[in-house]
Amino acid sequence: MKKILALAGLVGSLCLMAGASQAQSDSVKIGYLTTLSGPAAIIGEQMQNAARLALDHRGGRLGGLPAEIVFADDQRKPDAARQAVTRLLQRERVDMVAGVIWSHVLLAVAKQVTASDRLLLSSNAGPAQLAGAGCHPNFFSLSWQNDQNSEAMGGYMQSIGVKSVYLLAPNYQAGKDILAGFKRQFGGEIVAEVYTQLGQTDFQAEFSAVRAADPEAVFIFQPGGMGINFIKQWKQGGMDRVSDLYSVFTVDAISLPALREAALGTRATQNWSPDLATDMNRRFVADYKARHGNYPSFYAAQAYDTIMAIDYAIGEAGTKDTAALRRVLARGDIPTTRGVLKMNRNHFPIQDFYLREAVLDSDGVATTKIVDTVFADHADSYAGECRF
Amino acid sequence: MTITLLVEQLFHGLQSGVSLFLLAAGLTLILGSMNVVFLAHGSQLMVGAYAAATLIAWSGSFWLGVGLAILVCVVLGAMLEYLLVRHFYARDHMDQVLVSFGIILMANEAVRMLFGSGSLYVDVPASLASFVTILPGLPYPLYRLVVIAVGLGVFIGLYVLLRHTRLGALIRAATDNSTMTASLGINTAWLRRVIFSLGAALAGLAGMLLAPLVAVAPGMGEPLLIQSLVVIIIGGIGSVGGAFVAAMLIGVVDTLGRVMLPSLLRLLWDGAVADAAGPALAAMLIYIVMAGVLLLRPTGLAGRQA
Repeated sequence: MKKILALAGLVGSLCLMAGASQAQSDSVKIGYLTTLSGPAAIIGEQMQNAARLALDHRGGRLGGLPAEIVFADDQRKPDAARQAVTRLLQRERVDMVAGVIWSHVLLAVAKQVTASDRLLLSSNAGPAQLAGAGCHPNFFSLSWQNDQNSEAMGGYMQSIGVKSVYLLAPNYQAGKDILAGFKRQFGGEIVAEVYTQLGQTDFQAEFSAVRAADPEAVFIFQPGGMGINFIKQWKQGGMDRVSDLYSVFTVDAISLPALREAALGTRATQNWSPDLATDMNRRFVADYKARHGNYPSFYAAQAYDTIMAIDYAIGEAGTKDTAALRRVLARGDIPTTRGVLKMNRNHFPIQDFYLREAVLDSDGVATTKIVDTVFADHADSYAGECRF
Repeated sequence: MTITLLVEQLFHGLQSGVSLFLLAAGLTLILGSMNVVFLAHGSQLMVGAYAAATLIAWSGSFWLGVGLAILVCVVLGAMLEYLLVRHFYARDHMDQVLVSFGIILMANEAVRMLFGSGSLYVDVPASLASFVTILPGLPYPLYRLVVIAVGLGVFIGLYVLLRHTRLGALIRAATDNSTMTASLGINTAWLRRVIFSLGAALAGLAGMLLAPLVAVAPGMGEPLLIQSLVVIIIGGIGSVGGAFVAAMLIGVVDTLGRVMLPSLLRLLWDGAVADAAGPALAAMLIYIVMAGVLLLRPTGLAGRQA
């Protein structure tokens, strides 16, 4: 009796394994890690919307395989992210992991995913560690290296002959990295480099100090709610008459609905803008707006591009095998909303960076418009340190 | 640092002190007179801001919107007290903290479900969007001066209410000895609902005044929560006057510290060390002040000495 039971158990588990492997080879399952709760949930929701839109645009199939995206909430916390990734890898048995808004979250989960012989595709965060000495063949960025947007702003302000700049960023790692990137390209006078508190609500005191220093321009990195506070108060405090305001990751489709006219005329650098004239971008922006009623942010565009890159890679490779996908993605030529994307040897994109200005569109809705290309085919500063 | 800049920074400090005071006044009344730890006043601030944002957009008038929003806050506050909070009056403080925490989570999710995760648009009313020259060469936004004036008005109003009205006498009696107050035939259940609703209205008012200045988003009151606790500890629990003085102190110390500490430290050390230590020390400054006050007066500035 015992033998029969054991045999039955063996047959049963063999059937289950066969079933599982069948499901695995016929379809592709993507784990998508982003922030869906807390103050940053708006970003995660936009990425989720965009990833779903990409899958719908491909008729629910990626590279010809029926596809499923499993979304997981990292709560913007490294420990919660690790738990979520463990669940994605072990219980959901996903074929690859994508997403990730925050650098500290990405660094916390990178090894876990890359060491499991699965691809990790970043839709946003691009910490220097993963671009330089800590690069990994299984990691790809579909966004940028953290310093690049502020490098572009430093380069732009240098090129228009700005003499003195006052810098303001929150007091944490990304704030320091962004300002470091700016200074790498800007050769003029740095009047002051001020680190504000993370989550700061009122900037009046800082404004008074800016007014006293009287710089030609102010450059800020104040993401999320901090940026809304900063720009609202900047305009209300009459600071637009004191100094020109330039920013990165501050004036975007996340903050513009709350800022509207207050942000008009401010300039920022970014690798993407809703008005970027590619066919894929036009379709993405139009359908996103039709479905959700507002402009997508660059986070959403990069999430869309990530799913589209997976679609392209599986289609080219004819399989979802990690090594084959890796070869396709490393080649570059990836069709995205930003046009055909080149890949650097550290698996970060080589791409254009634009100067965008906040404007009202023909319906009177605040958005951003490209005014200039600052860098063409810009590569990051860390690729030289990467050895696979 | 010129005198003009110093005066300007003092005004900024007073203005941030005012919103802290509005948030802390309700907290200190509830804790002092009811001995209840209710920490969801940050959510009441958020409700005030959302109610104001919605009603201003609906009515087209800033002041009508704010007036209606205060009513919404009072009604919601009274309902919360009746349905939930009053059942926890007899429980210990830890239970009350847990209930508060639950209310914070539910309020954030409810707001997210109703209004989405993004920030709402609120602007300064056009009539207050101008500047006033408070010192030669120093224009100050009129709206921020109005915020300071409203805060002062609320403080005077609360003072008159507590010192010169029958309701105030009852609240003070309940603060001194609630058992004795109840045994004298005073309806303490009703009294508590009034105090709780008053606290909700004050926290909501703080949110309404802040709405044009900051991002109106889920969880917007939480950064102010800890500062408001520091205020009632420094001021002495239960004292509105103490809370007012403490709020102004914290507002000014925090503002001046943020701007001046990094440049002061640069006189002592070279750039990099001062740049790293300045913001960190500025963030700690209000807690250092709190520790200093408690060392000298363990029950706070206006607290009765044990």
